Amino acid sequence: MRHRKKRYFSRGVLTVLAAVLALMFVMPTLLTITNSFMTQSEITANYGQVFQNAANGTSYIKDTINLKFIPDKVSFSQYFTVLLKSPDFLYKFWNSVILVVPIVLAQLLVASIAAYGFTRWRGKVRDSIFFFYVILMLMPYQVTLVPNYLVSDWLGILDTRWAIILPGAFAPFSVFLLTKFMRRIPASLIEAAKLDGAGEWRIFWNICLPQCRSALYSIAILVFIDYWNMVEQPLILLPSADMQPLSVYLSTINAGEIGIAFAAAVVYMIPGLLLFLHGEAYLVEGIAYSGSVKG
Amino acid sequence: MRNFWKKANAKVSDFLASMCFSGPSFLGMAIFYVIPFGVVIYYSFIAGAVDSSFVGLKNYISVLNNGAFKIAVKNTAMFSGIAVPLAVVLSLLMALMLECRIPAKSQFRSFFLSPMMVPIASIILVWQVLFHSNGVVNEFLMVFGADKIDWLKSDYCMVVIILLFLWKNLGYNMILFMAALNNIPKTLLEMAEVEGASAAYQFFHIKLRYLSPTVLFVTILSIINSFKVFREIYLLTGNYPYDGLYMLQHFMNNMFSKLNYQALSAAAILLALFIIVLIAILFAVENVFGKDVEG
Repeated sequence: MRHRKKRYFSRGVLTVLAAVLALMFVMPTLLTITNSFMTQSEITANYGQVFQNAANGTSYIKDTINLKFIPDKVSFSQYFTVLLKSPDFLYKFWNSVILVVPIVLAQLLVASIAAYGFTRWRGKVRDSIFFFYVILMLMPYQVTLVPNYLVSDWLGILDTRWAIILPGAFAPFSVFLLTKFMRRIPASLIEAAKLDGAGEWRIFWNICLPQCRSALYSIAILVFIDYWNMVEQPLILLPSADMQPLSVYLSTINAGEIGIAFAAAVVYMIPGLLLFLHGEAYLVEGIAYSGSVKG
Repeated sequence: MRNFWKKANAKVSDFLASMCFSGPSFLGMAIFYVIPFGVVIYYSFIAGAVDSSFVGLKNYISVLNNGAFKIAVKNTAMFSGIAVPLAVVLSLLMALMLECRIPAKSQFRSFFLSPMMVPIASIILVWQVLFHSNGVVNEFLMVFGADKIDWLKSDYCMVVIILLFLWKNLGYNMILFMAALNNIPKTLLEMAEVEGASAAYQFFHIKLRYLSPTVLFVTILSIINSFKVFREIYLLTGNYPYDGLYMLQHFMNNMFSKLNYQALSAAAILLALFIIVLIAILFAVENVFGKDVEG
């Protein structure tokens, strides 16, 4: 009896702990959403201090920064400004879409066939190539900053969308994850198909890929989020302002535009959120098998 | 002789088949990742863009003697050295916490994952609101009589960034651990329970063994993400932050804008060498710990 009481107690403590933690984790998301319904003047009054250096000493700005969750008056004025009055925003949004969607689709395609190659044919050489993929995957973007610029210049794709899309399509990250996943598919399954006379392509397309559905989906989410938030690549490889994605535009928001920052952020979050809500189950399931790095 | 031809033929056809699958990825990797990396190596050994004579290790020596580089290495090492292990341990603890049959598990999971969705612009705004010298954290601490701290311009700046990193990455790492915990054979744990093994024994001798591939995987992901946090640091503090936040990526970025590609490349190669050694060690560690459960 006492034992059971103790267990209930510790479970209660853990639940409270989890709740406190969860609150801290959702706070910024929640803040972004609720504040997107504030009027622009309320936003400036609350957060103007943060940008005070930029907009020197305007008197209506309060001294302290005020973290507020509930708007004084629910208003859609931010959304109105973002979506209807600033064509720039929707244009940049579209720029993001036509950069990121091709990258995600192409990377998944290239990576899944490459991963099949890494899974079906093993050997010292191919395993060391795979190790090389891991190393290149770990390099911070700044390492290949200059040569990336040079290579796109040589290829004549500098300042076109291809300069972002092509390197993205061949990025090693999903090759790595998918190879880990495919190596867990029972070899007997593939052997059986082979005995039935299926060619490699059919084995790949009809047997391997369906097994990887959840992995593909979870990788798509990760890659999407990564590129949806890219900042460095477009700044260097895509100097033309009119082709810059929304992520770059949003990260340069300053004092003058803080009034619409929250609504802009919410609209920006929507595609990722939809993907996420649709595929959270896959996200959990899809990586269950990809635990080991070496496979 | 015929046997030899048959074998060679099989080898060639195997090679061709594997290239059909991995070939596109190899080609893209070569153009967009390997060649740029080769260019970096080349740059690190020549005198300059105009005079391309071979200078041996001169660039390396001058970088190693550069004061800014030393600070950058120290900060980057300190950040990764603290943040990555914390990210692994805390996310494992969170996974274990959610394992303890607390209510609303899947809701908690979604809450912890939500930071993945938040656009960088909002993260920056929220972090500024929290850690500005007139910000919310200071207001809160002042209630307890603490002094005002300008967080990002003080010796505590690293704490702010580590918090940001953890907030952003713990959720996903936790998901990986939850998936791995689910894959531990239940019978094994039940047997241990029957034989009277303590919870601590079960954790260290059974669970951790099965988790070791995931620990390695999460470590590698966290290293990648620890490099990516530069984006946030950069947007929070600009090109020349407080000394305590001057990262290797700042150094490389600034060398890029000063057109000093030699220093940039030498620093990049040093970083690459470090990463290779680190990964080799991690792989070796996994070999020792994870061998008997692999499969």
